Amino acid sequence: MMGRLVLSDGTVFLGESFGKEDTTSGEVVFNTGMAGYPESLTDPSYFGQILVLTYPLQGNYGVPESKFWESGKIQVKGLIVQNYIDHPSHFESRKTLGDWLKEQGIPAIQGIDTRELTRKLREHGVMLGKIVVSYQPSVVREDIIGIYDPNKENILPYVSTKKVEVYGEGRKNIVLIDCGAKENIIRSLVKRGVRVTRVPWDFNPLTSKIDSSLVAQNDRGGGLDFDGVLVSNGPGDPKQAKDTIKIVKQLLEANIPTFGICLGSQILALAAGGETYKLKFGHRGQNQPVMDQFNKKAVITSQNHGFAVDMKSMDKDWKEWFVNLNDGTNEGIRHKSKPFLAVQFHPEANPGPIEGGYLFDEFLKYVK
Amino acid sequence: MSNKLRKVLVLGSGALKIGEAGEFDYSGSQALKALKEEGVEAILINPNIATIQTSKSLAKKIYFLPVTAYFVQKVIEKEAPDGIFLSFGGQTALNCGLALERRGLFKKLHLQVLGSSVRSIQVTEDRELFARELSKIAVKAPKGGFAKTLDEALKIGQKLGYPLLIRSGFSLGGLGSGVVNNKEEFIKTVSIALKQAPQIAIEEYLKHWKEIEYEVVRDKDGNKITVCNMENMDPLGIHTGESIVVAPSQTLNNYQYHFLRKLSLQVIEHLGIVGECNIQFALNPKNNDYRVIEVNARLSRSSALASKATGYPLAYIAAKLALGYSLPEIKNNVTLSTSAFFEPSLDYIVVKIPRWDLQKFVGAKEIIGSEMKSVGEVMAIGRSFPEVLQKAIRMLETGQDGLLGNDIDDTKLLPTTERLFVVAQRFARGEQIEDIYKATGIDPWFLYQIREMVTFEKKLLNCHSEAKPKNISTELYPSLTLRMTKKVMSEAKKLGFSDKLLAKAFGISEGGIRRFRKKHGIVPRVKHIDTLAAEYPAKTNYLYLTYHGNETEDNKIRVTSDESKIQKTLHSYPSSSYPKKAIVLGSGPYRIGSSVEFDWCSVTAAETLRSKGLQTIIINCNPETVSTDYDCADKLYFEELTFERVSDIYEIEQSASLVLGFGGQVPNNLAMNCFRADYKILGTSPENIDRAEDRNKFSKLLDKLNIEQASWQSLKRLDDALKFARKIGYPVLIRPSYVLSGSAMNVAYSSTDLKKYLKSASDVSSEHPVVISKFVEGAKEIEIDGVGQNGKLLIYAISEHVENAGVHSGDATIVLPPQKLYLKTVRMVKNATKKIVETLSINGPFNIQFLAKANKIMVIELNLRASRSFPFVSKVTGFNFVEMATKVMLGEVLSGDFNTIDLDYVGVKAPQFSFSRIKGADPRLRVEMSSTGEVACFGDDLEEAYLKAILATGFKMPERSVFLTIGGEKNKLDLLVSAKELFHLGFKIYATEHTSEFLSKHAIKNIRVYKISERKTPSVLDLLKDGKIDLVINISESRSNQGETAGYLIRRNCVDLGIPLITNVQAAELLVSALSSKKMEDLEIKSWDEYVG
Repeated sequence: MMGRLVLSDGTVFLGESFGKEDTTSGEVVFNTGMAGYPESLTDPSYFGQILVLTYPLQGNYGVPESKFWESGKIQVKGLIVQNYIDHPSHFESRKTLGDWLKEQGIPAIQGIDTRELTRKLREHGVMLGKIVVSYQPSVVREDIIGIYDPNKENILPYVSTKKVEVYGEGRKNIVLIDCGAKENIIRSLVKRGVRVTRVPWDFNPLTSKIDSSLVAQNDRGGGLDFDGVLVSNGPGDPKQAKDTIKIVKQLLEANIPTFGICLGSQILALAAGGETYKLKFGHRGQNQPVMDQFNKKAVITSQNHGFAVDMKSMDKDWKEWFVNLNDGTNEGIRHKSKPFLAVQFHPEANPGPIEGGYLFDEFLKYVK
Repeated sequence: MSNKLRKVLVLGSGALKIGEAGEFDYSGSQALKALKEEGVEAILINPNIATIQTSKSLAKKIYFLPVTAYFVQKVIEKEAPDGIFLSFGGQTALNCGLALERRGLFKKLHLQVLGSSVRSIQVTEDRELFARELSKIAVKAPKGGFAKTLDEALKIGQKLGYPLLIRSGFSLGGLGSGVVNNKEEFIKTVSIALKQAPQIAIEEYLKHWKEIEYEVVRDKDGNKITVCNMENMDPLGIHTGESIVVAPSQTLNNYQYHFLRKLSLQVIEHLGIVGECNIQFALNPKNNDYRVIEVNARLSRSSALASKATGYPLAYIAAKLALGYSLPEIKNNVTLSTSAFFEPSLDYIVVKIPRWDLQKFVGAKEIIGSEMKSVGEVMAIGRSFPEVLQKAIRMLETGQDGLLGNDIDDTKLLPTTERLFVVAQRFARGEQIEDIYKATGIDPWFLYQIREMVTFEKKLLNCHSEAKPKNISTELYPSLTLRMTKKVMSEAKKLGFSDKLLAKAFGISEGGIRRFRKKHGIVPRVKHIDTLAAEYPAKTNYLYLTYHGNETEDNKIRVTSDESKIQKTLHSYPSSSYPKKAIVLGSGPYRIGSSVEFDWCSVTAAETLRSKGLQTIIINCNPETVSTDYDCADKLYFEELTFERVSDIYEIEQSASLVLGFGGQVPNNLAMNCFRADYKILGTSPENIDRAEDRNKFSKLLDKLNIEQASWQSLKRLDDALKFARKIGYPVLIRPSYVLSGSAMNVAYSSTDLKKYLKSASDVSSEHPVVISKFVEGAKEIEIDGVGQNGKLLIYAISEHVENAGVHSGDATIVLPPQKLYLKTVRMVKNATKKIVETLSINGPFNIQFLAKANKIMVIELNLRASRSFPFVSKVTGFNFVEMATKVMLGEVLSGDFNTIDLDYVGVKAPQFSFSRIKGADPRLRVEMSSTGEVACFGDDLEEAYLKAILATGFKMPERSVFLTIGGEKNKLDLLVSAKELFHLGFKIYATEHTSEFLSKHAIKNIRVYKISERKTPSVLDLLKDGKIDLVINISESRSNQGETAGYLIRRNCVDLGIPLITNVQAAELLVSALSSKKMEDLEIKSWDEYVG
């Protein structure tokens, strides 16, 4: 079946459907990583977005069991590739990418000149777009009506956990404020011997009450017994996450060790009185170079963000921790004296390079 | 940058050989470029005169001397550099550096080894040390052990159990390696390996594990990245140089990709590499188990490939890091805005296929394995695997187009040079993927795609009965054919099929397919290689074409011709048709007969065009070249050199002129097609090129000019050939038309020979008949390289061959200026040349080969293009023939008196053979070319230049003993003086039966030894194996094959045991004369500019 991608500026890319034969819309973004589609597709940070993968062959190694995913389902609204490979080969493969997309109800198109599309997004900035799968010829005007814009609402309720869950056995308890957290954040923490209490995006660990026997409550009459907070990655405009920002503000006031990742970093900055802004086309890939401003070491990182912290807006108590070597944008902030730190990139990787993992250790130093 | 360096010595890699080829011209040139940028004076030692790095512009001083500890030490003493680069000249430079370290030279002379330390190099080169270091950081190496003797080896072997893999350190291309399945094979391989290397590794054989490589870069501060990962389509056990390789990896998931990447970074950190290194992994396809196979702490063939595959200039960056820069300090050369500390993201797929030339070796086997045998490679870029695979197949220039249209024997799935085609045939016959996987270990991912291509090609072949190869049974799919529709055409092009193949299938002309395609908008699109998958705009024009795309990238970077420069030229040469844009066609894959020399020609031509203000475009597909550096021209199309693709580019690049004369025979062969298509071509008219290439036309022309040639005839039938041979008398030379380096050329001494050889000659090219000509014995061979200017001889250089006719000109030792030619001969050659230049209105480069005998000259052949010897004659005479030819082709009028004969020095070009790589090959020189490279050295006289040249090809000066075995009375008499000389020089002389008798008769004391067949002691073999013999002179009686088995065994053992071997009378004479007049100390350490001022 034919399929097409229609951008909000009216550009049409024609291709062939290989996912669910349905219409979908969202913000069209590109990722330049060469491997890792199961991880990317299940990354809740992509919620509301149509993902364009710049590597032209996708589906090569099929889809593994769900324990390898970054969340319980495919999070993107649609997928655009140049060539879909229907004959995967991998010992961990359980199904083809196409079957998985169909199963999860996600439209996907192949045969698109993804390089041209990427260049367009680079030049114009990210755009909204719509995938239409049909035998009907393209009617651009109709197509671009009613495109969903994930930045216009608070979308954290769609991706966050509904209930409090506990992972790991450690003595120390880290509260993970789940704004759409990738599973590997939890795995990365648990591996380091701490307990993780995953809470919804609007859960205030200082005050909220829960009725779970699994979780130890503190004796303040509300809230949890915990040692640090990790504000997770997630989708959308950070400014929409007003409740989370408020909670984090309280955490900072309470001097709780707090670590932000990606959206978490932006929320931390906003909670600290800073500003964020939208990047033209964001950073999405596995080859983003950042420089640690403290020890002058450069690290290759995995990134997936469309917004960034405006360093100029930050209070002088905060220092710029990481800077992107390509465009000079902020990639991490750290408080001069207090246990608050945040990175814009993904130390949990999946997909992407794994050497940023040391940042979890950096955070956990404050917890010990 | 922390170091303050004034002068840096760079070691080159010497001649091209199997396992060490053009990639080191690329890496050395980039290192020199980096030095130049930093204002550091570069001194280069490299005897490879055909390279770009030995051009005037890059290094301050160049020494055309052997890259051996002796000569390098001498140069260091003379030049007193304060730093040295060891990692840009392959294993040769690295080994030389290690030898200098053993002599304690670096410490003594306060010479700083730049980049990775000698210690880290030693660790990577010594397998035992390496395994120990890996275990320190809990990284897995293959299980096994190390042995210095056969006994030790056997002990380890018994413990591990068969099959086992034998590997030796300190070697290039895995010499003396192999899989052994039982004790007998084990003993045999280990014995050979231990002769080549002091120590070998015996390892578990990881059958059908994947082989994955990473190219890793680290700076002095410990910042590190992996620039590229690559997956070998052929599993472990087949040398990566013999494998089809893709980049990036296709079958690795995120975990595997990043897990191996992390290990790479861990290893490079532990080893303390500064610069670039290559790390090879084995990965179990059934789980995530892995082994680190090896680390190359230097630029390598893989790093050259990775550079071209990603656009990341690895060698240049490695040089900058060695000079003390950190990675974040350097900018990405492609975007000029982002950082060099990043990992390229590819939005295309790259495939590399090796090019073999095993049919050029008598006795070679087609099986490939853990030793390298390929002589070159091609790289294709595209956006699907079928597209790149098909491109690469055509790029190989082996006559293959598609996967099935050939007559390859599909009975064996053993790893051979043709395995890809065997797999395809098997699929065509309906075999299952699982079965092919079990037999080959090629991941099903690749097999699925190959099968998809085969299915389509079969349908195409079914369209037209004549296109169908005999061995494909159509009964399996009788009804599957295709009609020529837009949809089918689009699919075919996306799968990479050529217009030529489609034309055959649909029974119309190639032009017809092209017109149909264009009518339906099915044309390839231009895409950039920009290192960042379009995330940032590229400032360079590194391009490829693909059918997987809708739009050609509009070029934001305006590349235009430089009008002011053009005007300046036009001022002196008014011409309305002065071109503003030129496309230079490169030479394609390196192979026997066409290698780095044509890259030098192409690069020099492009540089000249650029300096004249023209917008310059290069097309080439060989990742081992400098011409495929994206900054070598204004635009680089990393593409096929087929007529179809050249036409595509010609149409995209409107109003460009084609330059076909510098890439060797590949572009030259396109001349007539381009002419017929009415393309603009610079230089000599293609019609005249055809008059030189077509034997009939050329012969008529020579007759008209009264220039002699050996009688010949072009014949299609064996009977006619036999009749003609009887008429002109044996011996006769057999060759197919349109050849380079004489594929399937042979000399027949009898009708039996003729019958035998004709079979192989007709195999080469069925479209062209075989040519039989009189083989003139005892003739001298002379080459003339020159430039014609509108039919006038502008400049020429006459060189003479040391070896008499009968040795291919590519295998001959060549002397410039000639030392033993009569003035009269020189005059005759020059006059004949002038006449030919005039008659063909030559306007550009040419090369003519002559025979001279008894004051008569005959023309062998004319090439209306730059020849293999252009860099040699240019660099020896000091006149850049290519630059002049290029200017002439542009219409510039040059004049002057160019002295190329009365020189105060001599240049000698010597061939480099790689017989040790090709098991079983007979190293005897023949009319068929078998050398893989060449060197050239200078001397104040012939002897000095000759000795330096052969030392540069690996010759070792004999000290005590020489073994003579000379077939034929005439040869014995010819060499009598030389034998006496050797005796007087105090050499102990060993000789076989007849030679011994002959020598004794002439009062030359010698020790009689026995041939293997005589089964007596002392046998030749024992002496050779015991290291009793320093030099072997083995001359075989060319007329007969009698006693040849014995001769072959001697020669082969020399090769396997690394004993210098001479098989030609004239070469033997020159060698003896050189040995008697020069000692090592007499060989002067003089730089190029000290000779050619």
